[in-house]
Amino acid sequence: MSSVESSASPTIAIRLDDIHKSFGPVHANRGASIQVARGEIHALVGENGAGKSTLMRILGGMYSPDSGTMEVNGRDVTGWTTAAAIDAGVGMVHQHFMLVPTLTVAENMMLGREPTTGGQLDRDRVVREVSELSKRTGLAVHPERKVAELSVGEAQRVEILKTLYRGAKILILDEPTAVLSPPEIDELWQVLRGMRERGETIVLITHKLDEVMEISDTITVMRQGQTIAQLTTSKTTPAAIAKAMVGRDVQLAMHYAETSPRAAITSAPLLEVRDLVVDGPRRAGAVSGVSFAIAPGEILGVAGVEGNGQTELLDALAGLRPVRSGAIRIGGVDVTVLPVKSRGDAGLSHIPEDRHARGLVLDYTIAENLILGQQHRFTNGPRLDNDAIVDNARRQIEAFDIRPAVPGVTARSLSGGNQQKIVIAREMSRSFQVLLAAQPTRGVDVGAIEFIHARLREARDAGKAILLVSADLAEVLALSDRIAVMYGGKFATILARRDASEEVLGPYMTGAEHAA
Amino acid sequence: MRRTLEEAVLPAFVALLVAAVVGDILILSFGQNPGSVYRILIDGTWGNAYGFGQVLYKATTLTFTGLAVAVGLRAGLFNIGAESQLAAGGFLAALAGLVLPMGLPALATLPIYLVAAAAGGAIVGAIPGALKARFGAHEVITTIMLNFIVLALLNYLTAAHLKVEGTLHTAEIHAGALPRLSSMIAPFHGSAANVVLLLAFVTAAAVWWFLFRTRRGFELRATGLQPAAAEYGGVNVGGVWWRTMALSGALAGIGGLNYVLGYKHYYEESFASGAGFLGIAVAIVGRNNPIGVVLAAFVFATMSQGGLAVNAVVPKQIVDVLQAVVIIAVAASVPEVRRLARSSA
Repeated sequence: MSSVESSASPTIAIRLDDIHKSFGPVHANRGASIQVARGEIHALVGENGAGKSTLMRILGGMYSPDSGTMEVNGRDVTGWTTAAAIDAGVGMVHQHFMLVPTLTVAENMMLGREPTTGGQLDRDRVVREVSELSKRTGLAVHPERKVAELSVGEAQRVEILKTLYRGAKILILDEPTAVLSPPEIDELWQVLRGMRERGETIVLITHKLDEVMEISDTITVMRQGQTIAQLTTSKTTPAAIAKAMVGRDVQLAMHYAETSPRAAITSAPLLEVRDLVVDGPRRAGAVSGVSFAIAPGEILGVAGVEGNGQTELLDALAGLRPVRSGAIRIGGVDVTVLPVKSRGDAGLSHIPEDRHARGLVLDYTIAENLILGQQHRFTNGPRLDNDAIVDNARRQIEAFDIRPAVPGVTARSLSGGNQQKIVIAREMSRSFQVLLAAQPTRGVDVGAIEFIHARLREARDAGKAILLVSADLAEVLALSDRIAVMYGGKFATILARRDASEEVLGPYMTGAEHAA
Repeated sequence: MRRTLEEAVLPAFVALLVAAVVGDILILSFGQNPGSVYRILIDGTWGNAYGFGQVLYKATTLTFTGLAVAVGLRAGLFNIGAESQLAAGGFLAALAGLVLPMGLPALATLPIYLVAAAAGGAIVGAIPGALKARFGAHEVITTIMLNFIVLALLNYLTAAHLKVEGTLHTAEIHAGALPRLSSMIAPFHGSAANVVLLLAFVTAAAVWWFLFRTRRGFELRATGLQPAAAEYGGVNVGGVWWRTMALSGALAGIGGLNYVLGYKHYYEESFASGAGFLGIAVAIVGRNNPIGVVLAAFVFATMSQGGLAVNAVVPKQIVDVLQAVVIIAVAASVPEVRRLARSSA
């Protein structure tokens, strides 16, 4: 009898039917439907801009749908509020953390529902409860630590724990692994599996197919605002999912491909860095003595756990942070103390690691963002040449498939992947000799990753020098001709591609091994 | 363009409606009929040539100080110093007028006055701008402090060296006074409106063009929206800060011409009398859009002149309350108005 029960068809936790949602001219969801069974891990996949986050925010009560119906645990909840969603046990963990950095973990947990005894905050109770929950779920956190002191991975654990603390039985995770290192990702999967065993339901928004294959039970694929397939993970392949997402066959594997004639490598380097020392915002000597050179037609990849001086190195090279000592030469020109604009004129192009803070002016249009940093090349006297700006926008939108293909919409209204395409389009279509590519595919979908990698290889083959900094080790291995590992502000090693592998690089990344 | 206009006009319009309702309640509480009080207010402002001339005159100074604050806010700078920049502009223009030979035609003196007034405001504005660019000193603090310093300095110079005995003002300026509108349009007789009004319109158009059509404007607005992205885009953010503060000060300074050379023909202690501070409200109600600033300047000028007209039946302080309501309503209504505009689009 009991075996019959456990094999009985699972009940439906979430049912969204024919959801439509528009933001001004942008039709984010156009007839999206999804069914999630209770107690499963359901992957919601699709390219950036496919409408995944919008659909889940509708489920979480942040937006109300223009039309369509929503059911949670069999109850009609169409157009409910976030408060109602939380009460019903639906919790969402966002891509960007929503924590107060100056408060402790426990204080963040109780924010909005502070328990009191006799008018006084009952902090001890929260600490106790958080510790218990932390033990039960395997999400290790220290309730008394300040959020500002936590690593990104820890902060995310706090986010998930906060959602569970508020009684979530249905957990929506929006691209949770974008900021995590490989061991942290493994830890997260263990936690999610534990939750599934306890009968909780998880929706995972992602576009990383290896994650989908590893963790999910069922998959819903979205494309251009519509849900176009529901698949069972055990009965499908990454290639089939990718095809459904993009609408065509996609080259999935990231393989390193050397340029055929590598004679260029012997000519004078385009980027030379000698004994560079840079102070960080909170740390003197965040970069403490880095030297390297990149030849024309070469990609130097920098691997490493985030926070080991990569950001300060990039900022110093780009002219956004002063150098304490050392020298930077671009194409033989000493640019160590030159401002950003002069470095651009010397042939430097820069895909910054934080597109929201640096790479884009979010309230500027696509067309305006496509000239940021080149505004002096689109002028007619003191005026900006609007015709040339719009022409340029139309060309780049077409060449880089930026959606929506409307020059006049603001960058803010675009999905992360399309925002990144604006940055890539702008930085790779100008004339340059040296490219700083920082996290070029962070938060970008499969189809776009393939596209961006192809552009980077093309640039290399055209004789450009590229410094690639990426937290994604697979990406570094796929693109780089040489690989440096950054640890504690120094290059722990620089290896030729043929000598590098995840196994070889790992110990350098954790500081267990140093260059001789 | 259509969108910027909608953004500029709609909040002010809604705010006026709210203010009208609050005004009704206040007027009723004084035992008066709102309809007839508003009738007096309109008759005393837009309803007759003299009143309308006074509205034009007041709107002129407010347009300049409003533009000054708006340009600063577009670059992410909150200039609280328009009051002293206005005074410094008027002061320097008066000095120029006192040394220029008598009887020069206005056509010859206007450019000189313009440069002197702009320079006076620009110097006072550039100081906090440079302090921010060089030391990171917050412009709100430094502009407020500089208001005290500059106004006290100007008062001292006037009182100690320039004033006519028994008054608080300088000697009269005879070199190329700027013509009043009444010299061209007779019914404006007696009102202070003068050709600086036309200068205000031209300046508003020029500021709009600068902000939205030029490379410098592009860089200025980028700096205001996201300084880190502007810096990445090759913009010298510190340079934008001090140059924008200088421009902001210059705009306020030019406003000083209206009183000093268009109306009284002398510099007088504390002539700014709050017009610089009211510029903050004008900029906010005008949504930092030059077209909106002109409209808002007219709204505030009408209320301030209307206060004098209704003073016989209700206390003119009612108008101060209404001005405050307009500011609060605009500040509060912006998201609501945006949503309204979106759903009707």
